[in-house]
Amino acid sequence: MSALETKNRDELFTPEIRAEIDHEIAKYPESESQSASMAALRIIQDANGGWLTQERMDEVAAYLELPPIAIYEVATFYSMYEHKPVGRNKLCVCTNISCMINNSDQIVEHLNNKLGIKFGEVTEDGRYSLKEVECLGACGGAPMMQVGRKYYENLTPEKLDSILDELE
Amino acid sequence: MANEVIFKNRDLDNLWDIEQYRSRGGYEVLTKILTEKTSPAEIIDGMKTSGLRGRGGAGFPTGLKWSFINRDTPTEKYLVCNSDEGEPGTFKDRDILRYNPHALVEGMLIASYVIDAHRAYNYIRGEFWEPSERFQNAIDQARAAGFVGKNILGSGFDCELNVHLGGGAYVCGEETALLESIEGKKGQPRYKPPFPAHVGLYGCPTVINNTETLASVPTILREGAEKFRDLGVENSGGSKLFSISGHVKNPGVFELPMGTPFSELFELAGGMRDGSKIKAVIPGGSSSPVIPGEIMMDLTMDYDAIAKAGSMLGSGAVIVMDDTTCMVKVLDRMGYFYHEESCGQCTPCREGTGWLYRIVHRLENGQGRPEDIDLLMDVQNRIRGKTICALGDAAAMPVAGMLRYYQDEFQYHIDHKKCMVGTGA
Repeated sequence: MSALETKNRDELFTPEIRAEIDHEIAKYPESESQSASMAALRIIQDANGGWLTQERMDEVAAYLELPPIAIYEVATFYSMYEHKPVGRNKLCVCTNISCMINNSDQIVEHLNNKLGIKFGEVTEDGRYSLKEVECLGACGGAPMMQVGRKYYENLTPEKLDSILDELE
Repeated sequence: MANEVIFKNRDLDNLWDIEQYRSRGGYEVLTKILTEKTSPAEIIDGMKTSGLRGRGGAGFPTGLKWSFINRDTPTEKYLVCNSDEGEPGTFKDRDILRYNPHALVEGMLIASYVIDAHRAYNYIRGEFWEPSERFQNAIDQARAAGFVGKNILGSGFDCELNVHLGGGAYVCGEETALLESIEGKKGQPRYKPPFPAHVGLYGCPTVINNTETLASVPTILREGAEKFRDLGVENSGGSKLFSISGHVKNPGVFELPMGTPFSELFELAGGMRDGSKIKAVIPGGSSSPVIPGEIMMDLTMDYDAIAKAGSMLGSGAVIVMDDTTCMVKVLDRMGYFYHEESCGQCTPCREGTGWLYRIVHRLENGQGRPEDIDLLMDVQNRIRGKTICALGDAAAMPVAGMLRYYQDEFQYHIDHKKCMVGTGA
């Protein structure tokens, strides 16, 4: 490992981050620390601006003493891990049936027009990115979206405008 | 007779707080079991009497599932709760986590005691961050009160509860994919047998129950198995949470006795939105075949009645659609979903869901071919029953359901290259 890579890793793997990952590892039986791979990837992704690079994945693998492939498999199987830069606010819009029949198309169109981006894209200022997601289990509040850890339900174009203004 | 079990104390402002939960008898039955050292066999008998069937969708009898665990094996046993709620249309477990998390904590502890598990995990979908915090807070409160950890209430019984967050994969709601996911791997379902009761988490005997199932346990044992059973009808004991969404006026989660007429649930949800007319209902999550509204109005909400009508009660997720809804467009969206979520392990599902999606998608876009309806039936038939897990069936069944009742709409798309809805045809 080069000196530069070591430095990067140490910068990211702060004592706080290590403690957070170690807390996850402790949930599982000894010798089963692979179980913490999903949580470790989530923690590192959050610390890395919301997305993962191969270097970051390799570091997670090294920390958990796993072959890198075990981490790549997990990081590419689950939809919440990102492999390209995302906006500071990742707008995850549900377009599944209950949302679709409650005009999620209109929500998506409004976001497309207002932000000038499509699904999978980031605004130039890095403030927002758009992502199409599958049912998030809040169909009673359709149409809905998730931003960060929060759900926004019963969306309308007007409501969207005020939500977007509040997101830094 | 609504709100008899899970939502029973929903009138309390902060039911998620342990003091509130305990003010109505919460943790009493756990305390009784642990201090009296009730025999696990007796608890299992109670669960069998209650008629409780798995609320995740498959409807497997809970007491029977628990009885499959051999407590005398020297290895660890595990209890796993499935809060990976992802079946489109389903949003009931989120409400349990948010509003009654202690019922789930208590239910998980009782189930763990019965199968002699000293570690239990609640697998919560990663998007449910806020509900998972509320659940974690309930665990912390329960631990502070002596209900979680070592030597619970001096009984000698140890049990740790932990949350495992998912990462966004519908297939992880399948119990063996979920176990792979807890082991920190991609969520690809395992062959069964061996069943999880013999070879489950980390190769050890494991019981996996749905959130609603486990959260029902304390009330069933506290108030009596017969009382719970008698809320429902034959083969469908107890009450059930129904998530109703779509074109109804007041979508939401309603707890009703099994066997309640659909028309009552529909009325609770406020009926159709102003001016619209009911067209079709998906009665048990997107995998359950669609039923025309007029047939649905005469059905009751229980396993047998919905099965007799050719569909499934599933997770109790009811999606109501009005007469402006194009069934081709609905199936197009569903097809995309199953194709997107197929784990890729079995060829019939990986390839077949792509075929289904592409065919319906071209129909929806006015590029349908005369042979497409036969082709759809053929493809769905080649997926059904030919895959390791039920995701293949879940993708195939709605296709046959749509064509059973709405083939004319699909034919219209082929013949006229456009949608039939609104044309008066």
